[in-house]
Amino acid sequence: MEMTVAEALIRCLEKENVEWVFGYPGGAILPVYDALYHSSQIRHVLVRHEQGAVHAADGYARVTGKVGVCMATSGPGATNLVTGIANAYMDSIPLVLFTGQVSTGQIGTDAFQEVDIFGITMPIVKHNYLVKDPQKLPAIVKNAFHIASTGRPGPVLIDLPRDVAESRISFKYPSTVRLRGYKPTYRGHPSKIHEIAELIRKSERPVIYAGGGILGANAAAELLQLAETISAPVTNTFMGLASFPGDHPLFLGMLGLHGTRYANMAVTECDLLIALGARFDDRVTMKIKAFAPKATVIHIDIDPAEIGKIVSVSVPLVGDVKLILKDLLPLLEKTDRSRWLARIAELKKQYPLTYDREGGLKPQYVIEKLCEFTRGEAVVATDVGQHQMWVAQYYRFKRPRTLVSSGGLGCMGFGLPAAVGACLGSRGQPVILVTGDGSIQMTMQELGTMMEQELPIKILILNNHTLGMVRQLQEFYCEGRYMSVNFRFHPDFVRLAEAYGIPAYTITSEEEVLSLLPAALAEPGPALVNCLVPREENVSPMVLAGRGIDEAIDCS
Amino acid sequence: MKHTLSVLVENSPGVLTRVAGLFARRGFNIDSLAVGRTEKHDVSRMTIVVEGDHRYIEQVTKQLHKLVDVIKISDITTEEYVDRELVMIKVAAEPSQRVEIMHIAGIFRARAVDLGRKTMTFECTGNEGKINAFEESLRPYGIKELVRTGKVAMLRGTRFSGVDSGASKEMKEE
Ligand SMILES: Cc1cc2nc3c(=O)[nH]c(=O)nc-3n(C[C@H](O)[C@H](O)[C@H](O)COP(=O)(O)OP(=O)(O)OC[C@H]3O[C@@H](n4cnc5c(N)ncnc54)[C@H](O)[C@@H]3O)c2cc1C
Ligand SMILES: Cc1ncc(C[n+]2csc(CCOP(=O)(O)OP(=O)(O)O)c2C)c(N)n1
Repeated sequence: MEMTVAEALIRCLEKENVEWVFGYPGGAILPVYDALYHSSQIRHVLVRHEQGAVHAADGYARVTGKVGVCMATSGPGATNLVTGIANAYMDSIPLVLFTGQVSTGQIGTDAFQEVDIFGITMPIVKHNYLVKDPQKLPAIVKNAFHIASTGRPGPVLIDLPRDVAESRISFKYPSTVRLRGYKPTYRGHPSKIHEIAELIRKSERPVIYAGGGILGANAAAELLQLAETISAPVTNTFMGLASFPGDHPLFLGMLGLHGTRYANMAVTECDLLIALGARFDDRVTMKIKAFAPKATVIHIDIDPAEIGKIVSVSVPLVGDVKLILKDLLPLLEKTDRSRWLARIAELKKQYPLTYDREGGLKPQYVIEKLCEFTRGEAVVATDVGQHQMWVAQYYRFKRPRTLVSSGGLGCMGFGLPAAVGACLGSRGQPVILVTGDGSIQMTMQELGTMMEQELPIKILILNNHTLGMVRQLQEFYCEGRYMSVNFRFHPDFVRLAEAYGIPAYTITSEEEVLSLLPAALAEPGPALVNCLVPREENVSPMVLAGRGIDEAIDCS
Repeated sequence: MKHTLSVLVENSPGVLTRVAGLFARRGFNIDSLAVGRTEKHDVSRMTIVVEGDHRYIEQVTKQLHKLVDVIKISDITTEEYVDRELVMIKVAAEPSQRVEIMHIAGIFRARAVDLGRKTMTFECTGNEGKINAFEESLRPYGIKELVRTGKVAMLRGTRFSGVDSGASKEMKEE
């Protein structure tokens, strides 16, 4: 069938079962929006800034596991996507992004709104394309969705010059992909799997260190089965949170920089560390030499380059962690490790995760209650900072893909737009945004998008009138010289919400948490809750720079 | 130790930037890089020389593998292979020195390709050691300009490292 490339592009998206496209129009991408006009399947979310579009697509991808799709025009539209692309790249989130480009004849002439987004994004995409040959568009889109969503997921960008978008082609969507340079390994090597089973059998003190790869692989059920079969405690990376039930007796919570002390001690004492879809991030390992010093390390990851990148491992295994666990589980027998579990119980008692409830409304308390009121079942999006860490510590996630947060890039401003995408993808589950007074102001224009889409997102601002996380750094590393962290002006967040037609509450005490938070959560539409919390509250425990994870300090 | 990587890549726009960018971004140093078409019109071969220990080279290779446009990587360092590099050297040569310089060139089987009033230009092919030696021999006369292509390499005998020759991109787990 003959049609324009722009029309073909929309047909491709329909073939890929895309339901939502997040974007912002402009001149260079005009033909694509014109083609979108005629699609009855694809709905477009008009954001208020392109960064919002890419974060929303990202939030959508995190909760659904599907590819998030995003569009922007050339030049400033494209450059506004850059932060969001880097964010998705760091956290291995599948996205396909389309940018308009000036016509092929104008490329390289510094034409109006021309930027080399293909070149700019090269280091932060899994792959990208500049479409020059109109005939190739369908195959490129097919490849892009395949590359974004398979293996280690990631963002793929397609830059589409305007004249190419307007050319006519005869459309046929390829049924297969042909990529000789891209063949991820899924099945684990059987001999290695036997070796792993043997190591597990011999281990007295195993710990499972489970990361974002569990969620990527949809392997939460297999992880639970593994832990229960071999009676091994499980610690999650920040990105791995929600892949293991937060209230399970074998759960140790998060490890690393702001991890629980018992998780960090368990890793320090274990004789076998089973790393599943985790990449030994520096927030996790801290001083490498002191990380799991007594352990034999098994590392299962779909990306060969992650293996041996940071630590040398005893048993590396490349493949999909779900398939590997499925092959591994039948080789394992139910094991009793009461001595090790008794030790873990002791560690939990000796180093509990606590905070001081005196001295104002504590943010940790707000999160604890939020968890209670939502039974740990809400989708929680966060921004970046202390509030993010308190969510990690005090919200006990029960279901996979319910934490939506920027881990690798630590990108303030991610929260609100990501919550928008997450809400569209989460089909009626409650969506809560926990944000800070700093972060929310980076992308709060997306309140408009939220209202336009009629999304019942509940926004909790843990308002400490400071860039809390950086303030904490300055307390510890700059001897309390607080430089440019304390806000001297804030908008009235309640009236700001009201300007958008969002019911808003201010909470200043525990009593109000008990009365107003449930009321806000019960709002049929959105609500904003401005929680006034002390400026001086620190995230605790904390491992100081250059120290091992066994040396965490209490800094409350 | 210096490693010679023979890398087959899609002949697509931007592929050189991708590879060069990867090396820069990950802090890998390229000793030399030569790129050109192969017997297949849509495939190019890069011969990349990098120096580093085993772990370093492993990361380089694994990161290269992640590029979708990289079809195949062979580390041929420990294999039997022939390698060549081409150099062109413009050397200061007063008429009175020319015979002497021609004599040196003869030893290295270099060819004079241009003659100026006070200079001579030679081309010479060979492996890295030979090229280095040639360069050193001419240095006393004053090298005005020098350009080297970087090394290209090929396995000896009937073995080849083409797109379809077995052991492709999948990493051997080690
Ligand atoms: C302020 C702040 C503080 C932080 N503090 C901490 C902290 O205290 N503790 C902490 O843990 N993190 C912390 N983080 C997050 C940290 O920066 C990293 O994002 C996180 O630790 C990485 O998690 P991960 O190792 O699970 O890797 P991810 O980035 O989630 O990577 C997933 C891994 O799984 C692999 N994978 C993907 N799919 C599959 C599959 N199908 N099969 C097998 N493998 C697969 C990938 O190749 C990759 O190696 C903090 C972040 C911020 C912003
Ligand atoms: C875009 C961006 N700029 C700067 C930072 C550095 N940074 C990390 S946390 C933080 C403070 C966040 O403040 P707020 O959102 O109020 O959260 P709080 O830490 O107070 O809970 C800053 C500035 C960042 N992560 N992202």
